[in-house]
Amino acid sequence: MKRRLRIALFIFASFFASTVAFADAATEAATAADPVAEKRLQKLSEELRCLVCQNQTIADSNAELAQDLRREVRTMIKDGKTDQEIVDFMVVRYGDFVLYRPPLKAITLLLWGGPVALMLLGLFILLRYLRRRATRINAEDQPLSADETSRADALLKEIEPK
Amino acid sequence: MNRYFWILGAFAALVALLAVGLGLNPREVPSPLVGKPAPAFNLSVLATPDKTLGPKDMQGKVWLLNVWSSWCVSCRAEHPVLVEFSKNVDVPLVGLNYKEVRGDGNFDMSKMPADEEKKLAFQRAGQWLAQHGNPYTLTVMDIDGRVGIDYGVYGVPETYVIDKAGLIRMKHTGPISPDVLAQKIMPLLAELNK
Repeated sequence: MKRRLRIALFIFASFFASTVAFADAATEAATAADPVAEKRLQKLSEELRCLVCQNQTIADSNAELAQDLRREVRTMIKDGKTDQEIVDFMVVRYGDFVLYRPPLKAITLLLWGGPVALMLLGLFILLRYLRRRATRINAEDQPLSADETSRADALLKEIEPK
Repeated sequence: MNRYFWILGAFAALVALLAVGLGLNPREVPSPLVGKPAPAFNLSVLATPDKTLGPKDMQGKVWLLNVWSSWCVSCRAEHPVLVEFSKNVDVPLVGLNYKEVRGDGNFDMSKMPADEEKKLAFQRAGQWLAQHGNPYTLTVMDIDGRVGIDYGVYGVPETYVIDKAGLIRMKHTGPISPDVLAQKIMPLLAELNK
């Protein structure tokens, strides 16, 4: 009984392993032989957004479209295209949205400049507050005028035990 | 007092900005192809596989290009709208059948030879149109999805309005509802056909 189970498990496992290996071989064989191209593919894929699962790069995503786009990138690398040409190819078809790092343009100004502007605003408010506080404290530190001294003396005398 | 108005105003502006942002649909990616020439292709026609069709054959006409597939669930939802459209409006509607077999997900593509995929794609697409009605003037077969990439297809169904000069004037992603047809597509077609 135990033996039969073990055999069944073995058959199942080897079948599974073979199908996985087969699928891998079919898609990856083309560039696996060329580690430099594979590295470029990996790097480019991490810069490009998968439009189906929008918060993943086409390197992370296993969506159909991501697979197709990886295949496209792979072909272009094989054809000797530069990285810039490959990125331009994607932007022409899918727009800037395909880039994981949005370019600096008029409409992305708020996106790029917003955090800096907010930090500068914060610094400005902080500095203004600190300066006002300093002048207030300075004002309080002034020595008393003659009038104030006599008033203070009078008050102190009042509470002094006789 | 004045100062609080200022802070309140800044806060209100921030809320307004975020409210607008949250109201946008992230699935609607503006296509860079609008205003540009429709990318060229030359694909086999479903009904007559030995003939091909491309955008240059449609030059001088205002036409629609609708990307569809038999495995695409949303295409089924928009299909009656297209059938109705084809009965009432005299504008060519070209179907672009997108990855009919390999997009399905039920086939092991590593074990399917190309000619078998092609045969199966034509058969499945034809069958689906016979079953659900055929609104298309013609359907062309993009079996490997290569043309789909040129058109920036990322979510079937998608529809392109192309003018007489061959420029893409509008792209709609997702199923065409009667509202979209009446309010966006029809006025544009009327304007382009003037």
